[in-house]
Formats: sequence, C-alpha cells, structure tokens
Amino acid sequence: MPTHTFTLNGEQVSVDVEDDVRLLWVIRDVLGVTGPKYGCGINVCKACTSHYNGKAFNPCSVPVSAIGPEDEITTIEGLADGDTLHPMQQAWIEHDVAQCGYCQPGQIMAAVAKVNQVKAEGRELDDDAFSEIRNICRCGTYQRIREAAKAGAENM
Amino acid sequence: MPAHRAPLLRPRPRSEDEAPHHKDVSRRKFLGYIIAAPTLVVAAEIGRQSLFDAGSAFGAPNASAAAIPSPPQPAELYEFVDSYRDACRPTNGLLKVVVERDGTVSFALPRSDNGQGIMTSFAMIIAEEMGIEPEQVNVTLADARPELVFNQLTGGSSATYSIYSPVRVAAAIAKGALLDAAAAQLGQDKRTLQTAGLTVVDTAGRALPFGELAEKAASPVTKAVEVVLKEKNDFTILGKSRGKDDARAMVTGKKQFTMDIQVPDALHTVICRAPDLNGFPNGTPANIDEVRGMPGVEAVEMIGNGIAVGARTTGQAFDAVNALQVDWAPGTLAGKSDADVVSELRAAELPLAVPSVVGTTLEQSFVHHARNGSALETNCAIVDFKDGKAEVWAPAKSPIAGQKIVAQKLGIPMNAVTFHVVPGGGSFGRRLFNDHVQEASEAAKAFGRPVKLMWDRANDCRQGRVKPLCTTRIRAVVTKDAVASFELRYTGTNMEVDEGFAEMITSQAIKAPGGNLGISEAFWNISVTTPYNFGVNTAVMNEVESGFNTGSTRNVYGPDTCTAREVMVDRIADQLGKDPYEFRAEFIKNARLKKVLDRAAEEADWGKSMEPGTAQGIAVHQEYKAAMACVVELDCRPETVNRKVRSGRTGPRVTKVTFVVDPGLLLNPLGYEAQMMGGINDGIGWALTGGLHLKDGHFVEASWDNFFYTRQWNTPPEMNIVVVDDSDFPDPGGAGEAGVPATMAAVVCAWRKATGKEPEYTPLLHEEPFPEGFTEYPTSPPIPESPTDGLEYTYG
Repeated sequence: MPTHTFTLNGEQVSVDVEDDVRLLWVIRDVLGVTGPKYGCGINVCKACTSHYNGKAFNPCSVPVSAIGPEDEITTIEGLADGDTLHPMQQAWIEHDVAQCGYCQPGQIMAAVAKVNQVKAEGRELDDDAFSEIRNICRCGTYQRIREAAKAGAENM
Repeated sequence: MPAHRAPLLRPRPRSEDEAPHHKDVSRRKFLGYIIAAPTLVVAAEIGRQSLFDAGSAFGAPNASAAAIPSPPQPAELYEFVDSYRDACRPTNGLLKVVVERDGTVSFALPRSDNGQGIMTSFAMIIAEEMGIEPEQVNVTLADARPELVFNQLTGGSSATYSIYSPVRVAAAIAKGALLDAAAAQLGQDKRTLQTAGLTVVDTAGRALPFGELAEKAASPVTKAVEVVLKEKNDFTILGKSRGKDDARAMVTGKKQFTMDIQVPDALHTVICRAPDLNGFPNGTPANIDEVRGMPGVEAVEMIGNGIAVGARTTGQAFDAVNALQVDWAPGTLAGKSDADVVSELRAAELPLAVPSVVGTTLEQSFVHHARNGSALETNCAIVDFKDGKAEVWAPAKSPIAGQKIVAQKLGIPMNAVTFHVVPGGGSFGRRLFNDHVQEASEAAKAFGRPVKLMWDRANDCRQGRVKPLCTTRIRAVVTKDAVASFELRYTGTNMEVDEGFAEMITSQAIKAPGGNLGISEAFWNISVTTPYNFGVNTAVMNEVESGFNTGSTRNVYGPDTCTAREVMVDRIADQLGKDPYEFRAEFIKNARLKKVLDRAAEEADWGKSMEPGTAQGIAVHQEYKAAMACVVELDCRPETVNRKVRSGRTGPRVTKVTFVVDPGLLLNPLGYEAQMMGGINDGIGWALTGGLHLKDGHFVEASWDNFFYTRQWNTPPEMNIVVVDDSDFPDPGGAGEAGVPATMAAVVCAWRKATGKEPEYTPLLHEEPFPEGFTEYPTSPPIPESPTDGLEYTYG
C-alpha cells in the first residue's frame, strides 16, 4: 500500500492508503480530522471545502495521489491561529450564522477564499460575488453568511 | 407540604389592555417535586391544566361590515402543538433539572436539536428562573428514555411550546430549594437571599456556592412543592438575543456530528440500493466474494434494504457498492412517472360539496410536486453491538422508537440498548424516522463489528423520504361584496409517520374537536385553517397509498394549502376589484393576523410602483400559535430569468422579502429570526425551483445540483424579518416551520401578478427544461463516482 505525505493544518502527515481514495476520506476516516463534511461526494454541495495551498478546493474530488509532499492542506481546524480565531470565524460567531452547523466549516473556508479572490481581482464582495459561492446551506442561513462574510472581509 | 414562593418577585398588576381571553399562566401556582436523590434533583408536574385551555390564540375577531363570518375551525382553537403538549403532561414529572455536587446545573433535554437552537434557549429558560447565566447551565440531549413515553419526540415545531412551562417550574423549585438550604445554613430569612452566579448570596455579600448547597437542598424523599414563576416583566435573559452556545465549536470544526464520533474498530458502512424506488435484491450478488476482496473492504452482507458494505474508508465502501452485480426486483413505483401519480390523485379527489349559492364561482386546481427531504447531513447512525448490549448514536427525533427497533433487530431487551441522541446536521422532518438506525443495527449484527452507517447523497435524495406529491383544489363563491363559501380539498400521496409519532397522535386525537380520526386526518384537522371570514368554510383531505417514502419535510400541510388559499384570495380580490392587501385586511378573522399583515404592508411599502415584469406578492398564515405575514418582490424580467449559473437553476428572482411574525412569547430574538430566515429560503425554493421528478420508477434528482433548493444565486439580496416582541399570546409558539407557508404563497402570488398567468403547479419552474450542464446520474451503479479533477476548480 502506497504511503502519501503532505502537510495537514501545519503538520506533516504520512498515511498508508490506496492512491485513488479521495482526500476527504483520508482526512476524515484515516486521519480522524472531521471538520470537512461529506454532503455529495461529487463536488457540488461544497460542504467539504478546505484549502489547497491557500486556495479553496473540495477534497471529495481529489485522489490522495494528486497531493504531494510539498502541498499544504488546511481544513477548518487549521484556520485559526492557535486560540485566536480567524476574522471570518469571529464574524460567523458575531452574526450567529450557523444553525445546524454542518455546512459551515465549508462555508467559512469558501468565504475566506472568495474574499481573497475578489480582492486580488479588484472586485466588490457584492451580490454577483456571493452568487458565485456554490456552497449549499439547507438551513437557509444565506443572508447571515453574506453579512458575516462582509464583516469578516473587513478584518482580513 | 411545604409551599414556598420564590423571593424578590412582585405580583404584576393586571393591565387594562391585557387580552382577557388569555389566561395569565405566569401568576398561577405550579406544582413540582424535589426528587429523592443525594443531590438536588427537581421535576415539574403540570398535569392539572384542563384541555383546550389554549382558548383562541389568535386574539379578538377582526370586525368587518361586509364579510360573512365563518364558524371556528378546530385548529383555530386546538392545534397540533396543543395536542402534543397534552400528550407530554403525564410524564413532565420525569424531566429533571439537576444541581450537581460540583455546583453546576444540568438538564438533559428530551428533544432533538438539529439547528433550531433549542439547547441554547432551554439554557436561557433555566437560567432565567434560577437567576444564573445561561452558560452556567449544561444542556445536553437526553439519551432515549422509554419511561417518557410520548415526551421525547421532536416535530411539528412543538419542542419549546410543549415543555417550556414544566422546565421553568423545575428550575424555579431548584432555586427555591437552594435558597431554603442557604437560609438554614446562614440563619437568615430566605427572602433576603438571592442567586448570583452559581452561588446564593445574602445582603452582607456572603456567598454560598451551589456545590455546598446541592446535597443540603436534596431531599431523602420525594416531596411536592408549589411555586410561582417569574413574571415576564422581570425577565433579564429571555427576550434578549443570544448566540448559540455551540457557535465556537461550529466555526472551528469541533462540533461533533454522528459520523464525526470515533468508535474503535467501527466500519464505515454504506448500503447498495436498488435503481427503482424501494426495489430490493433478488438473491445474493453474483460477485459478492470478489467485492469482499476489494481494497479496504472488510465486510459485505445482505440486510433488509439491500447489501451492506463495510470498509476502512467511506470512499472504498462507495466503490465496493458500485462494483456489486445485483439482480434487482422492481420497486413500488416501477415504470411510473409523475403524470401517472397525478392521475391517481385526480381519480381520488373528493367532491366540492357545498350547494351552489348565488354568486360568481371561482375554481382553482394545483399540483404540488414532491420535495426532497434530505438534510445536509445524510441519514446516519452508529451501532456498537457486543456482549448482548448495544450502544447507539444517531440524530434521532423519535429515539424511543429507535431504541425499540434496535432491540428488535438485535434480539436483545430494550434496556440493553443505550441510545444517544446526537445533534443533527439539519432535519426538516427526516430525523423523525429511524430507517437508518434499523439498517445500522442489521449491519452491526451481520458484520459482528461496530458500524458507522451513512447514506450516500444520491440515495438520500432518491430513496429517502420526501414531502408528498399532492393536489389542492379550491372553489369559492363570491357575492358582490363578500365570500359566501370557500371549499378547500387536498389529495395527497400518503404522509407516513414514525411509529412513536403515530402512537402519540393516536393517543391524543380523540381529545381534539371532532376526534377519533385516522392519523393523517387528525393531523390535518389540528393544523389547517382558513383564517378568513369566508362564509361556509370547509377544508377536507384524503390520501392515497402510493409506494413513496414520505415524511413531513418542514411544515406538513401548511405550505401547499396556504399557497392555494392565498392565490385564491388574490383572485377573489381581483373579482371584487379590491387591492390584495386591503381585501385581506377586511376579511381576516382575527386581530393577531391583522396586526402582522398591516405591519408587513407598511414595512414593505405595499403598493409602491414596480417595473413591468416585477411585482409584489402578499400572503398570511397562522399555525404553531404564531401569526405570519409576508410581502415579496419578484423579478420575472428576461434579463433576470435567463441569468446563467453553471448547472444551476436561476429563473425569477425574489429580490426582497419582508416577513412579519407574531411568535407569541419571544424567548431568543436572534434564534427566532434565524428560524424564519431558514423557513423563508425554503418557501422560496418550494415556490420556484425545488421539486422532484419521478421518472420510470425513480427520482431523477440525485444531488444538490439536481434538486434545486435555494442557493446563493436564488436567495433575496434584501430580507427584512420583523419579529413582534409584544405579543398578546403568553406562550412561546413554534418557530421551525413558521417561515415557510406565507413565503411560498407570497412568491406564487407575486409570480401570478408579474406574469399575468394563472399558476397550475408548484414549483413554478417544474416543467422547464433542466438547465444547461444538468447531469442526470444513472441509477446503476447506485452512487455517482467521485470526480478526480477537483484541483482544476480551486479559487482564492
């Protein structure tokens, strides 16, 4: 069984698992890091959104073999700086965004990346930008997601 | 028996304008018990209130010169939430607020929290009565407790309404007992003492920790205690916004859902299911041994609903499920499509029965398509079975029935099953059922290993429970200035209810006006009203055995019947040449609904000038002891309707929602508003985009890019939710489902106005071609294969 090495939330990890197992299951079922959630397995619901070298991606649709030793994977567990929450996490608490909370790790990771993207492209975080966020929230917290993302963006 | 009054409470003078039809619950004495225990354990019994004491929750009649009064309907006086509250009364004495030896206060809530925030609001309720802070109350979800009988069900937006008072009573008695113990120890008059933090303090500032008092306040024998509850005017916690207690855990990934719980040696387990809805395997798969040898696979066994596969990772279980070669028997709807089911419903529709009277007859008919009941967390459960005992973890809303199912499947006594209720990742009615608990039990027995069973998304959509496909018909007879008769008929594929819920309704239905009905009909009678003075007013339902797997899915009959009613109300207003808002204001039956309607019209600037192709829509609803009014603005212009989102449904866009709700007693404004927001987004989805297509015996929809629940590109950029904080109604009404019906109705009313067309079905886009990029996933193999190109879609 092949060994795969990469950086997960700042720590180097090595796992023995078949090449084609999707990274989501390596993270959740083998490494026991459960922040990224399963919601579809086909890259449409975005509940597992995490960061690959600082960019948003969905580990349900990436085989572990596509990740190399130099790659850094960040899940929601690695977003805060120790006990100091990321501004987006803080904004999420202040706006009481989460209802059940199941999609929210992915929503927060997506919001951070979307803010980075629109800043880099010189765009506003407006209705068009939010309409590009595909993460589904079945509790329907979309308005609070928008408010919190705007507040979080100001402190990023 | 020692009776006491909690100190520092002033009787509130009865104000002149207090609605006389509402009993002032807070000034009555309540009975509870200090339970025989080594530390302070308090339980409430509220068994003495008479039935039907709710009176009319909706206030004084709304006077109108022209309207022909309609007699009261059962649900105006006695709703489902009343029925459930009554079912809980005999066992409220088993709900316990405990002051532990370490001074902490704890309460095991016998309900299921799937995002409603009830763990937070019950901490607030207990803290309010005890004079402590909510974060000092440790609220957990109770394990299944069969002795609670009906008092451990979560559904119908009844969680808070059903046990708000008993929990307050238990908390108030706990506080009184602590004060008694402190008074004895300090040699002081109890009336000079109060709680502060987790201590009792006297006027000199001396403080005794609860931990020191807990054992002294305990009683060696169970004794009855009478108590008076805190007045609303003295509330310092209830009525003020509070974020969720688990907010930090949720944003850091630390909140544990069922599949996040680590159980040693557990196998990640997925079921291979049939292509047809409710199909089943004809014998063992030909290649079962080959699949047993696939990478990561550790067990493959036949169980009731298919073939269970257990593997080291969920992904490897998916692969093995897809590799199985199975001969499937046809399902319960084999070969059928939507149109076939609609024909069956049409054939079963009941006649409109009121004899014709003089006036203009308006008729209307809708098909309301089935809706996906999937939560974001798919159906899941853990069962660990060894040495004749089982431990279960699941997000269950009917855990006592679940515990019974586990015991039956494993062949062990119920008391050998410990059933932990885990906070769920959404419910919307799904978690009232224990289908997955049954499967996990069967798999655990077959594997001889602990099982972490999770449904894959495609089958959660296709084989999971759905909101029933139904029709509504209305006939109204309109005179020159009023409505002489209003007849509503609902015909649906049968609504299934969980065993625990069914027993509860059966036990209570006889008490409802017109009782002794079947379960669905009983539920209909105590949930559906037409809140207008429309003369002869009838609302009748019937259901057809159908072969679907159904469930309530966030508001049972409300959204579809409300939509049908409110569209007809607009048509009647048109007929009479009246404005839709002014017509409603004139004909609405009661003061509470009139008040929210007026407020919504004002907040939304009803009647303002709108661009061609856009329109406002207005609708009202009453249910769960709450009154709701919604005004939406809908944009049906081509440039909006034809927006492109990759493989996403766009169409008409709701650009603004104004939603006004009178919730009864408001406990946590922030949490209540959140529930309305969720319900509003559901209502928009059910009106426009979210419907299931049955095709050749299976649902087409297998993912979130197939089933069009509201997404960011559909949700309104503007949403103004007004939660009335001075309701006349003294109890907290239901919140979880209250946002849906009026919103769905207002959107359909706005669409009718913007397009000039008469709607005939919901969702309104149901017959549109699927959007560009839509993927129709095969039913065999059963699980769509996970892509491998995820790194091509990164951003940031």
